[in-house]
Amino acid sequence: MRRITALLGLAAWGWASWLLAAWSKGAQQTPLAEWILHRVDENIVSGNKIVTSRMVIHGRRGSRSVEAKSWIQGEDKAFTEYLAPPRERGTKMLKLGDQLWTYSPSTDRTILISGHMLRQSVMGSDLSYEDMMEDRRLLSTYEATVVGEETVLDAPCWVLELKARTPDVAYPSRKIWVDKTRFVVLREERYARSGMLLKTTEVKSVVRIQGRFVPERVIFKDVLKAGEGTEFIVDAIEFDTPIPDYLFTKASLRK
Amino acid sequence: MIEFLFKGIVRDRSRSLFPFLTVAVGVMLTVFLYSYIKGLENDFVESSARFSTGHVKIMSRAYAAEAEQFPNDLAYVGIEALVDELRREFPDMLWTPRIRFAGLLDIPDEAGETRAQGVVVGLALDLFGRESPEWRILDIGPAVIEGRAPQGPGEILISADLAKTLDVRPGDTASLISSTMHGSMAMANFKVTGTLRFGVTAMDRGAVVADIRDIQHALDMDDAAGEILGFYRDFLYREREAEVLAARFNARYEGQTQEGTSEFLPVMVTLKSQSGLADLLAMMRIFSMAVVLVFVVAMSIVLWNAGLMGSLRRYGEIGIRLAMGEDKGHLYRSLIAESMVIAVFGTVAGTAVGLAISYFIQAHGIDISSLMKSSSLMFSNVLRTQVTPVSFVIGFLPGLGATFLGTAISGIGIYRRKTSTLMKEFEG
Repeated sequence: MRRITALLGLAAWGWASWLLAAWSKGAQQTPLAEWILHRVDENIVSGNKIVTSRMVIHGRRGSRSVEAKSWIQGEDKAFTEYLAPPRERGTKMLKLGDQLWTYSPSTDRTILISGHMLRQSVMGSDLSYEDMMEDRRLLSTYEATVVGEETVLDAPCWVLELKARTPDVAYPSRKIWVDKTRFVVLREERYARSGMLLKTTEVKSVVRIQGRFVPERVIFKDVLKAGEGTEFIVDAIEFDTPIPDYLFTKASLRK
Repeated sequence: MIEFLFKGIVRDRSRSLFPFLTVAVGVMLTVFLYSYIKGLENDFVESSARFSTGHVKIMSRAYAAEAEQFPNDLAYVGIEALVDELRREFPDMLWTPRIRFAGLLDIPDEAGETRAQGVVVGLALDLFGRESPEWRILDIGPAVIEGRAPQGPGEILISADLAKTLDVRPGDTASLISSTMHGSMAMANFKVTGTLRFGVTAMDRGAVVADIRDIQHALDMDDAAGEILGFYRDFLYREREAEVLAARFNARYEGQTQEGTSEFLPVMVTLKSQSGLADLLAMMRIFSMAVVLVFVVAMSIVLWNAGLMGSLRRYGEIGIRLAMGEDKGHLYRSLIAESMVIAVFGTVAGTAVGLAISYFIQAHGIDISSLMKSSSLMFSNVLRTQVTPVSFVIGFLPGLGATFLGTAISGIGIYRRKTSTLMKEFEG
């Protein structure tokens, strides 16, 4: 028993020393940045998620609200059904890997959204289909570097610059502000390959649900689009709730 | 005097044939090129007006600022009332609302899965309105080459090229995928009733023609449209009148607001103030003037040279006339008069041939569709000249001007001849 305790103590000491070493080597060290991304992923990525959300789209002609419910399984499967407004009610989307299908009840047609259509706005919001599909772990997608520290929403944050590891990502580079204690991305800038700023996100409130810190209200802004941006509000979220497999089939779109 | 000169010209063909041919060919080319440029200009104005700009166009101010991108989210709302008002207030013009939209046309297979998909640029027209002038403006009936024109809601026409690419036949169902006025994805099913070809590549590449009510419903544009086009009833564009009309209309909305802002108020623009058309048309005019100028200069040089050769050949004749006491000024003027007689005949002949060629191409046209495959300009695929009253007289400027200049320059040599040396020259 003493040996086990000693081994555990040694492991804890090793972990603490590694962290300390990473800290002491300065802000440019990749291991620390990767550790931050790992913690960010750990906080938000789960096996299953059921999310009820609202998008309040502030356009040039005023604001409108779109409500949806999403069932998400891992990084590759997601099913979304729009609940309101009446014109959008019944519209469904299915993500299977890198493919996105949409079903329109008025035409009873299921269409594969591909190519340039993925960059189109979802329901007129500041989010694109690519943004909606993106659920991959940051750590597996980007190489990170800590470039500074700032305070956002009264929370001390690390500022990280991310460079894509592979070319098949919507944003080749990003800059994120990560809450040091809650490991939530509180602010983000998303850039094109040319270095042009495309989108910004700003978290307005964070709630703790089932031990995870969840951005409850986020403002998405497409920099290239006029308007005041889109508020993405999470009304309810359940982690690790069982979701039947049939939901992630094309047949379920028509049900 | 003229009779004397005329006899000389006719009897001594070597004196007149080359200048006559030079003038005739130059004038013929001038007349033809002028008619060709007028034809291009006319075709461009007419095609642009019919398919895109109208003689005047009304949009919301915000839409007008980005009109090339069909920003239907910025469309004018309250179209019905505005069109009624325009028809009441400006009854000498035809007013018609249109929606231009872009999207995908998706063709399903028997199981409802995508069989083919293509990018389309759509034109939503008032096809079934009582006062709609669209059938006449776009000549839709004759443009339908297979199937039939839409007769009711939910029916569309697509361009023959697009139908071929997507393997669509009249009677097939097609789903239009586009964006609503609010930016959501819009999907609507239509029945393809026929295929059409307007003869304008920019339209025929991937056009969909639908009734405006169907598209308003599909794109969630209730009582809204991107554009209201206005046409003079005789379909002749009158720039000055259009400018006065636009200024009068726009003055009405000065200092007003709609939806809490002024950017959704209507604004009227003229044909030439759209899409850089004014610059393009100005360039065409400059080009047509340049053509005339080039011919005047080139023909002057050729005729100057001809005059010099004539002077050399007629060196003895001029010397004898001077020796006989003819005044140098009189001799100089008689040479110019002689050349003007040739110029008149050459110009008349050149104008006649130039007009004949221009009339032929005006009537029959030349198919240039193979050259227009990637064109986005509103040009017809059949190139036609246009003979105008100016075509009848434009050749006289280079014809008479160049001949006069050429003879006047070469004739200066007369003044260099010295009477004292004339006898010596004859002895030699």
